[in-house]
Amino acid sequence: MIGLEFEKPVMELKGKIAELKEFTSTSDVDLTEEIEKLEQRLKKLEKDIYESMTPWDRVQMARHPERPTTLDYIQHLFTDFMELHGDRLFGDDAAIVGGVAKYHGLPVTVIGHQRGRDTKENIKRTFGMPHPEGYRKALRLMNQAVKFKRPIICLIDTKGAYPGKAAEERGQSEAIARNLFEMAGMEVPVICIVIGEGGSGGALALGIGDKLFMLENSTYSVISPEGAAALLWKDASQAKRAAETMKITAGDLKELGVIDAIIPEVSGGAHRNIAQQAALIDQMLKPALQELLQLSIPELLDNRYIKYKQIGEYTL
Amino acid sequence: MIKDLFNKQKPKKKKYATIPTEASKQDVPEGIMQKCPKCKKIMYTKELKKNLNVCLQCGHHHGMTSLERRDSFIDEGTFQELDAALSSTNPLNFPGYLEKVEADRQKTGMNEAILTGVGQVEGHEVVVAIMDANFRMGSMGSVVGEKITRAIEEAGRRNVPFIIFTASGGARMQEGVLSLMQMAKTSVALKRFSENGGLIISIMTHPTTGGVSASFASLGDYNFAEPGALIGFAGRRIIEQTIREKLPEDFQTAEFLLKHGQLDAVIHRHDMKEKIAFLLDIHEPGGELA
Repeated sequence: MIGLEFEKPVMELKGKIAELKEFTSTSDVDLTEEIEKLEQRLKKLEKDIYESMTPWDRVQMARHPERPTTLDYIQHLFTDFMELHGDRLFGDDAAIVGGVAKYHGLPVTVIGHQRGRDTKENIKRTFGMPHPEGYRKALRLMNQAVKFKRPIICLIDTKGAYPGKAAEERGQSEAIARNLFEMAGMEVPVICIVIGEGGSGGALALGIGDKLFMLENSTYSVISPEGAAALLWKDASQAKRAAETMKITAGDLKELGVIDAIIPEVSGGAHRNIAQQAALIDQMLKPALQELLQLSIPELLDNRYIKYKQIGEYTL
Repeated sequence: MIKDLFNKQKPKKKKYATIPTEASKQDVPEGIMQKCPKCKKIMYTKELKKNLNVCLQCGHHHGMTSLERRDSFIDEGTFQELDAALSSTNPLNFPGYLEKVEADRQKTGMNEAILTGVGQVEGHEVVVAIMDANFRMGSMGSVVGEKITRAIEEAGRRNVPFIIFTASGGARMQEGVLSLMQMAKTSVALKRFSENGGLIISIMTHPTTGGVSASFASLGDYNFAEPGALIGFAGRRIIEQTIREKLPEDFQTAEFLLKHGQLDAVIHRHDMKEKIAFLLDIHEPGGELA
């Protein structure tokens, strides 16, 4: 498992314990007691480190190469997922995956950004940064969900919409804008969960819903910390400072009233145990969906309207 | 190689050709074996049929008649045919048209290029329309259009999904503009069916082109295709002649369309029934959060 800078002490201690265990099993010397002591120390250390993570630590965690992706969660949260492809206009963008599935027996449409797990896959999926056809595929699947009265679940995990020539030619802005506009009126419950990075408009284009949740170590922001540092201080190396200033962690967004709830993560990050992490998501998702299914469509849409209307701070 | 030109000492190999005797020729009756056009493997027709006409070696999807398709897709004993008696006339007095239709009737045992009916797919009731490329290239004239439209209306009355397997060269030239208008007629029927919440599943099989691809074949809530199926509007030769460019090898295949955003998925024939049944299950009304 790849360790991040701030969790180095944990990794080192873990390594030592493993070494001692190996030594005990191959030699006559009994070190059980020492190992136990060290394991207790490890527990305390983990608690100290993982409970006092800085925003920058969380940025690293959200970008962790082993962090579970949309397809990982789909596998654990849903049964019988069938992936559907294409925007019927131009292409099939692998940076967004979507399809139909069953959630505790209920048919749903699930859509999410999809990063690759290795370089080859990342190239195919343009590092989880969608082109317009990705957003148009998402919209097509959402409209289909409305026709057949299926709730929509969106998993958000992108650095942002793909910055490129082809993307601009095909109307990246229009594709994002269209999704914001149309998602406001989807006549089914929509639940959005930020599972990794919520990068700007590219994330928001899957993010208009009745409930917005964030995993504990995910981020959501108007721009990446590096981008912010470059813009504000003309120095991308000040990303760490920007991460603190920009208020991009789940806790910050909860405080700002942008998200409805934080989904706790497995100690040390979601990647330590995907099944357990999926269960933690399930614990929040299911009651939320149950609650939304009780509402009439006009109630649902009114609430959604109010939800977005009240975001923003100002004085008269 | 140039040096081979000078290398003439080598003794020439004698070439032998095997000429089968009349007796051995008769050992293999016509039609008992079939050759895969893609990988050239020769196999027993019986084995090929058992494998749903999918090549045992390379997986190439050979054509299927409507009846074979029905048997592979619809639960046994549940199929009731619709509008079996609808037959073509010759509205343009096109020379030789009805003779050609009659010849294909004899050849295929079908009344027209499409079979429609009500049946079940793993217990889910559906209306299904299955085109047959062996009958006038599966071309769409008044009868095909009318049968599809009636099938869509029947699905609406029964409030069940409408599934269509397309295989067609396009509009039937011998019925002229009436054929063209079948594109409109079927689309109008699908629009009404869809507005009432009807589920449309289109499965494109080899070949789906011209007016059929440009109407109901592309109008599914879900558009699928079989591997390697040729799907497109204008033919490859026409495009090549018009733009004076060589087109890529995979041009207008199911895989090409998937890459270009036109299909939800390419589904192997062996998985077809299971996948569609799953989708039908997803659309079964009254699902609840358990």
